Amino acid sequence: MTYEMNRQDDALIISVSGRLDTNTAPELQEVLDEALDDVSELTFDLDDLEYISSAGLRLLLVAQKRMTKQGSMRVCNAGEAVSEVFEMSGFDGILTLE
Amino acid sequence: MNRIAELTVEATVENIDIVTDFVNAELEKLDCPMKAQVQIDIAIDELFGNIAHYAYNPEVGPATVLVEVDDDPLAVVVTFIDNGVPYDPLVAEDPDTTLSAEDRPIGGLGVFLVKQTMDDVSYEYKDGQNILSIKKHM
Repeated sequence: MTYEMNRQDDALIISVSGRLDTNTAPELQEVLDEALDDVSELTFDLDDLEYISSAGLRLLLVAQKRMTKQGSMRVCNAGEAVSEVFEMSGFDGILTLE
Repeated sequence: MNRIAELTVEATVENIDIVTDFVNAELEKLDCPMKAQVQIDIAIDELFGNIAHYAYNPEVGPATVLVEVDDDPLAVVVTFIDNGVPYDPLVAEDPDTTLSAEDRPIGGLGVFLVKQTMDDVSYEYKDGQNILSIKKHM
């Protein structure tokens, strides 16, 4: 898993690639805990994300709960494998997918 | 059912990648469709991850992963075996996937995803071992 962050004022775009799983999600979670301070518009760009397991879903849910309080969150460009996991888990109903 | 490969490693989250690579190498020999392979990889992350987190906590112990093939219909079976505390992951209630983000609990999704993507998931505790198998038709 690798990620890239692009911050402009109170908007943050995080592009995540590779695998968001048990091993990699905690690392990104730690980064997010600090990076989301004062962010009101959060965008996850998942264009290059190969797959996501429940550890990655957990990270998105934590981010969604936080952003519901402090602004908004969008999840963009999820591929087929990732979209399928969103559907099975019901996350297509709780995330703003674009 | 034919056993085609077996691997025993320490049950740690760091070894999930080793287990995944090992199973993928077998799946590639079977010309497993990419979609099924991704679903099996996710299942490995969930199930081996659970063993790594809970089976021997706070100690570390071994886990064995078997890859077997069923011929009719063609299916791959991956079995995870550990000697840790008895734990049946299949008894947990499925999460309510209709709840809103605010009401959704953090966690409890891993085994549910595995049950959704695999054609069969079975568990037994035998001779001091947790034996958890997933089956995926190809």
